[in-house]
Amino acid sequence: MAGFRSTENYIASRDLEVAVNAAVTLQRPLLVKGEPGTGKTVLAHEVAKALGLPLIEWHIKSTTKAQQGLYEYDAVSRLRDGQLGDERVHDISNYIVRGKLWEAFAADRQHVLLIDEIDKADIEFPNDLLLELDRMQFFVYETKETVVARHRPVVIITSNNEKELPDAFLRRCFFHYIRFPDRETMERIVQAHFPDIKQELAREALNVFFQVRGVGELKKKPATSELLDWLKLLMIEDLPPEVLRSQDPKVAIPPLHGALLKNEQDVHLFERLAFLSRQRQR
Amino acid sequence: MLAHFILALRNAGIPASITEYLALLRGMKAGVADYNVDDFYHLSRAALVKDERHLDRFDRVFGEVFKGLEAPEGEGFDTLVRQLPEEWLRKMAEKLLTEEEKAAIQAAGGFDKLMEMLRQRLAEQKGRHQGGSKWIGTGGTSPFGAHGYNPEGVRIGQEESRHRRAVKVWDKREFRDLDDSVEIGTRNIKLALRRLRRFARQGAATELDLPDTIRSTANNAGSLDLKMVPERHNTVKVLLFLDIGGSMDDWVKLSEELFSAARAEFKHLEHFYFHNCPYERLWTNNRRRRESEVSTLEVLRKYGPDYKAVFVGDASMSPYEIVQPGGSVEHWNEEPGSAWMARLTGHFRRSAWLNPMPQAGWGRTHSIGLMRQVMEDRMFPLTLGGIEAMTRELSR
Repeated sequence: MAGFRSTENYIASRDLEVAVNAAVTLQRPLLVKGEPGTGKTVLAHEVAKALGLPLIEWHIKSTTKAQQGLYEYDAVSRLRDGQLGDERVHDISNYIVRGKLWEAFAADRQHVLLIDEIDKADIEFPNDLLLELDRMQFFVYETKETVVARHRPVVIITSNNEKELPDAFLRRCFFHYIRFPDRETMERIVQAHFPDIKQELAREALNVFFQVRGVGELKKKPATSELLDWLKLLMIEDLPPEVLRSQDPKVAIPPLHGALLKNEQDVHLFERLAFLSRQRQR
Repeated sequence: MLAHFILALRNAGIPASITEYLALLRGMKAGVADYNVDDFYHLSRAALVKDERHLDRFDRVFGEVFKGLEAPEGEGFDTLVRQLPEEWLRKMAEKLLTEEEKAAIQAAGGFDKLMEMLRQRLAEQKGRHQGGSKWIGTGGTSPFGAHGYNPEGVRIGQEESRHRRAVKVWDKREFRDLDDSVEIGTRNIKLALRRLRRFARQGAATELDLPDTIRSTANNAGSLDLKMVPERHNTVKVLLFLDIGGSMDDWVKLSEELFSAARAEFKHLEHFYFHNCPYERLWTNNRRRRESEVSTLEVLRKYGPDYKAVFVGDASMSPYEIVQPGGSVEHWNEEPGSAWMARLTGHFRRSAWLNPMPQAGWGRTHSIGLMRQVMEDRMFPLTLGGIEAMTRELSR
């Protein structure tokens, strides 16, 4: 069996590899949680790539209903067609719109199905998908047919922890919490994304990055995705590494900080701290 | 062995079920864990823990259960030794040793020699051992066992490496911060708020506006025109009863802030204050207490049973203040506090008590026990976990 391993572009820790492989082998959904920007959604893309399977993405919004993932019966257009005397109106299956789950079930090869940010939906949403994810089948009331998965898809579910998920749902999943990577892993991640980055720049940037993350009271700590954005900016601007090390008191915060700090309170806080530390140095 | 592990997890409050246990067994059968302790740890964690707040607890239990491997006694040990496959020992040793140590091993005759010795010793040794320089056990200088000084040593389970030579993942306890049984501090106020908001928001997001649909369909010459309205989501009404005075002041401020911050989400939120235990009078403004007094009966009359009552207090007082007429420290009360509490909890369909005292100490204060009885056990600690349990209780 082709297992999931760290790839050139995605550095997965060993525990993540084990969790993914367990979920794939036992054909159970994998629930992934973690700080925003630690690569939860990207994981699904990488798993699909590693296993050589196509990916179906289902992004959840606060108004998404579980039923929409299965199918929707478009009663309104049928009614309208009825009023206009359209021929199509006699066959109800013309008005059944397939959802993402149906797509994945009906496909003639195995798919990876990403259910992104499941916690955004209504609190009942996961409960409504219990049987569908467990047995990988559901019943279409309008046409009296049962849709059974021809190939059980690899299901990856991400959550940002905004809502508690019900126990019955959790029991059916494997679970992985993506921890924030340590410095060593982060170096590998940077290397994977920017193979031709200057070593010195990468080192200085990581210094600054972990320093920023180390500031206790930040409202939103920068995560991996922010670091990568920032590095990209630094490379485009082609800043010399010395700038990052600069002791110039006028340059209080790192250049292009907009990529790292996402709200003005954090920028203020950081300016103040940087100012204080510079004063102490003198 | 594994069943014992599951039971230990359940005792530690991790809700691992049979389903998950079976999933773990199937995963091991399918070879996901690959006879490797670390992989087994990762696999069992993915299969059994479903909430990052439980990860720390899981690590602790895992450490404890597998410490059982290192301190074996009698029969079970012998069978265990016979079952230890060489591959497993080797892999474990590889994980445990650093590069320098591996180099040091070469001095002692290499890896195979070391493994061979370990197998021999394991076979010779009966029972638990402590100290000394040959046997496997704890605190010795033999290459095998825990708490020893031999750089070539193979550590078989230990709280945390004393010499930082071999730290196992589950000994590091990296998920400590995510545990939800710590009292609320500034750091996790935000999360607590989110819990409260969730409590306030219930039901679907949109609903069909039937009158408007009929009207606009008629205007549309009979072809259908659906109209939707956003659902009213904040239907939750809360009465907050706060114990004020003395040791409670800091906590009252915190919980007031908490609920007020979530206020926009509630349909109604009212504060009332009491001291130690509610009696026939409450007040709405602590600074102008005399002017703002209201009769408790008045509160019962004014607010319907659909309000949810939340009491915040440490419930630490003289037991007489609850059970005895005239027991109040401030005035002569005709009826005991318990009668008033019974009236309040009887009137409001849902009620709960939040207690900022650490839950471990509840058993030591008699009045807390009494108040819990009055509340029929619906007393929760003022922690994230407690607030969550409370909201679940209140919205059931």
